[in-house]
Amino acid sequence: MSGYRLAEGGRIDRSRTVRFRWGGQPYEGHPGDTLASALLANGVSIVGRSFKYHRPRGLLGAGLEEPNALLQLGDGATTVPNRKATEVELFDGLSASAVNAWPSPELDLMAVNGLVKRFIPAAFYYKTFTWPHWRWFEPAIRKAAGLGRAPEAADPDRYDQRHAHEDLLVVGGGLAGLAAALEAARAGRQVLLVEGDALLGGAIFGRQSADDRAEAERLAAALSALPNVTLKTRTLAVGYHDHNLLSLVERLTDHLPEDRRRGPRQRLWKVRAGEVVLATGAIERPLVFDGNDLPGVMLASAAGLYLERHAVAPGRRVVLACNNDRAWGAALALAEAGVRVEAILEARAEVEPALLAAARGAGIVVETGTTVLQALGRRGVTGVRTTRLDAQGHATGEGRRLPCDCLLMSGGFSPVVHLHSQAGGSLGWDEGLQAFVPGAQPQACRSVGAAAGDLDLSIRPLWHVARAGADPSPSAWVDFQNDVTAGDVALAHREAFRSVEHLKRYTTLGMASDQGKTSNVNGLAIMGTLLGKAPADVGTTRFRPPYDPSTMGAYAGLRRGDLLRPAAGLPAHAAHEALGAVFEEYGHWLRPAFYPRAGEGEARAVAREAAAVRASAGLFDASPLGKIAVKGPDAATFLDRIYVGTISTLKPGRCRYGLMLNEHGILFDDGVVARIAEDHFLVGTTSGHAAAVQAAFQEWLQCEWTGLAVASENVTQGWAVMNVAGPHARTILQSLETDIDLSADAFPHLAHREGTLEGVHCRIQRVSFTGELSFEVAVPTRYGLALHARLMEAGAPFGITPFGVEALMILRTEKGFLHLGSDTDGMTLPQDIGFGGPVTTKKVDFVGRRSCLRPDGQRADRRQFVGLESLDGRLLPVGAHVLRPGEAAPGRSQGWVTSSVNSPNLGRPHALAMIEAGQSRLGEEICVWDLGTSHRARIVDPCAFDPEGVRMHG
Amino acid sequence: MLNIDCPYCGPRAESEYRCGGESLIQRPALDCSDAEWADYLYTRNNPKGVHIERWHHVHGCGMWFNAARSTVTHQIFATWGMTDPVPELPE
Ligand SMILES: [Zn+2]
Repeated sequence: MSGYRLAEGGRIDRSRTVRFRWGGQPYEGHPGDTLASALLANGVSIVGRSFKYHRPRGLLGAGLEEPNALLQLGDGATTVPNRKATEVELFDGLSASAVNAWPSPELDLMAVNGLVKRFIPAAFYYKTFTWPHWRWFEPAIRKAAGLGRAPEAADPDRYDQRHAHEDLLVVGGGLAGLAAALEAARAGRQVLLVEGDALLGGAIFGRQSADDRAEAERLAAALSALPNVTLKTRTLAVGYHDHNLLSLVERLTDHLPEDRRRGPRQRLWKVRAGEVVLATGAIERPLVFDGNDLPGVMLASAAGLYLERHAVAPGRRVVLACNNDRAWGAALALAEAGVRVEAILEARAEVEPALLAAARGAGIVVETGTTVLQALGRRGVTGVRTTRLDAQGHATGEGRRLPCDCLLMSGGFSPVVHLHSQAGGSLGWDEGLQAFVPGAQPQACRSVGAAAGDLDLSIRPLWHVARAGADPSPSAWVDFQNDVTAGDVALAHREAFRSVEHLKRYTTLGMASDQGKTSNVNGLAIMGTLLGKAPADVGTTRFRPPYDPSTMGAYAGLRRGDLLRPAAGLPAHAAHEALGAVFEEYGHWLRPAFYPRAGEGEARAVAREAAAVRASAGLFDASPLGKIAVKGPDAATFLDRIYVGTISTLKPGRCRYGLMLNEHGILFDDGVVARIAEDHFLVGTTSGHAAAVQAAFQEWLQCEWTGLAVASENVTQGWAVMNVAGPHARTILQSLETDIDLSADAFPHLAHREGTLEGVHCRIQRVSFTGELSFEVAVPTRYGLALHARLMEAGAPFGITPFGVEALMILRTEKGFLHLGSDTDGMTLPQDIGFGGPVTTKKVDFVGRRSCLRPDGQRADRRQFVGLESLDGRLLPVGAHVLRPGEAAPGRSQGWVTSSVNSPNLGRPHALAMIEAGQSRLGEEICVWDLGTSHRARIVDPCAFDPEGVRMHG
Repeated sequence: MLNIDCPYCGPRAESEYRCGGESLIQRPALDCSDAEWADYLYTRNNPKGVHIERWHHVHGCGMWFNAARSTVTHQIFATWGMTDPVPELPE
């Protein structure tokens, strides 16, 4: 093919020149060009290599239907793979190259695949590389067969997302879409019209008459003047989802030179529309004959568009092969523009006399009942071999050889029904069009114009040019992008992959970025011929979003990096930072794990902190502990139904440990419940679980116990909580100014008090997860930093030590305090951790109780919560299995280690475990086995430090 | 993404809600049989057609409500408060 720019015409700005690079070489075009039209105007005929065989390929289409001209756009972090040259607007400095060719599409060394093409039929890879496993070969094969490269650096661009609600969304800015939008807008409706192209007016159909163009301009102008209309170009509707939600991708800066790009690159719109009008047009189909993939073979409609919009001729000697009237328009327009059109090969026997006269008037030879048997040439079309068609549409032998450098073809038109189908609409087969057209549609949506099959067209079906009885040819392409030939369809048929879904997966027909835009109907019609079925009975695959490839960044929007899952900071974060804390994410909270001093590693820092708490005093930021306010006359009744233990007997000013199950009896949460007043409780939850507990409360209150007068609210983030723990905790707290009597008699263990501390409203609970004398001091969040500073100051004489989550875990393990989620799992019932009493004796039902009473819950050999003493002095690995003494794997596991620490306060390791019937086996020696290593251990009480609780109660 | 009509807030996108599964399930008393309890915990209708389920407007008003939805077309025939009577629904 030798395309060239015509001296006049087109919607390009000839006064300006745009410079770009293709495959490293400099070229020039004009504003208004796409990369495809500019390449064509420059006479570039080979624009890519085919996916499997690396055959040279030229431009087939002019829009999103283009299967061949896939390119890598730009380089570095902003590079975009697999863009179609036909959708890329030319800009100064644009740089692109073909994706599937090395070193260039003109000289592609991978083309050796083409020489052995006969050996690479459909599913060849799957069949050949089965031993020992496909995945061993896949990387190398994918590299050889691959499309574009993903950028290796993070995408520096921003992507935006927006929601919109419209009375009417019109998809497609051709004549039909513009008319539908104007009608609705004049009736006062809020209308959004979107067009993927940069221009309104459509024009996919080859030659667009001057009248049509004028009408489109008139409609667009009328719409622009209305305040209730929004027109968006460069905005492609890619997904049609439930309840009339559509996803649109708006390209904001892709068409601009890099140095002029400002703001987000693209924007994903989620539009909920009262009604949707699909005016998505139709796509021309190729004819399937030998050599139809040679560069220079192009859809007639594409040639029409290049001519009309870009003033580019696809070649100097043109032949058209077609089976319908529409395609003639392109040939006539080219002739009118001075391009030499040699012949029209029309499959139909009869053609409208007016068309015939026009063609002959333009000096075009017309042969009816004739088509192309074969396109001739190696790196581009140099001629065609014609053939006469018999009454059944079979080729009858070799006809004339016609020289040409461009062969236009048209096998009819397929309405773009993708969005209609995504919306759940059915498809019907139109005999006149020989295409699928929209059928019933469950959503508030209608198709109009060409998308509805409104084409006023009758075609002669011609699915594959072959002699009667001949096998479908392996040299006649059906799916250009995926390199699927008529022969591959026949192979699939022979191997019994006959359902259209199987055909697709076996041959890859209709896959990848192309999604069968040009190939779908031809492929299933050929399969239908083999099956002796009409295309309507073969059916089609269900279309799925996106209609055309969209950038991942548009879907991610701002949800990336630190914004993907923002962590919550503590009110006193700055203080922890100043103390050199190492932060880690626990739940969604960023918390100090430990505070290493100079030269200290994690283990030493954690051991030092844990020892200091027991020796003097420690300060722990407990703000993430969940706090839920539960209020109302029925609050106590409600909490009795939620917790395993009884809450209603709690006196105001007192706290109690609460254990909560889910309805399956499995431990769900635990914490300290404080009764502030008769009708007011403050429920403590584990860190990071407050939202889930509040959600559970509300579900029970709203859905099951609707008669209870109770309100609950998650107040976790309203309070900063500092935990002062250790023998000097009381003394330190007493040195602050407070109206709360902190003396041992006035403020016993498990008491709750409210008052003021340094002039600030506070709540203090005497609770302990360390086993030490311990106060949790809560002040409004904004005072958290100040409280932390005051406590550090007041504790300085006692060497108060800030400690992190890791030291807390050592302290609670020494005490045998259960940590939900570490020591328990999705099978743990309350009786497994020593809370079986209420299951059988409590006066009222509670969540999950009935599940605990099932036979499985009553088994004597259930795993129970115990401690483990290491007999050989080594740390017992968490997750290690418990076996009988002397036994090694494979043996039957009786349980496992759940928590394990080197205790600085005991001077030895201590572990917690869940072991079958563990509570009745205290003192028994067992074997702890881990990855080939055995440890000797003894089952003991979970609590290894201060078992009488003297320190905590002191 | 469904468009769900919260009885308290009006129509909102599905992403504001959490589905709580089948609704109108009777919770048995503590003295029920194991079979009854298992039925309550695990057995669910799986109709091809109208499904009555409950939804939580978790990123909205925080209220639970019932919805009757077609499992075939996703059409939502009605939404109503947890303590409101079940409206008339198609088969
Ligand atoms: Zn709501």
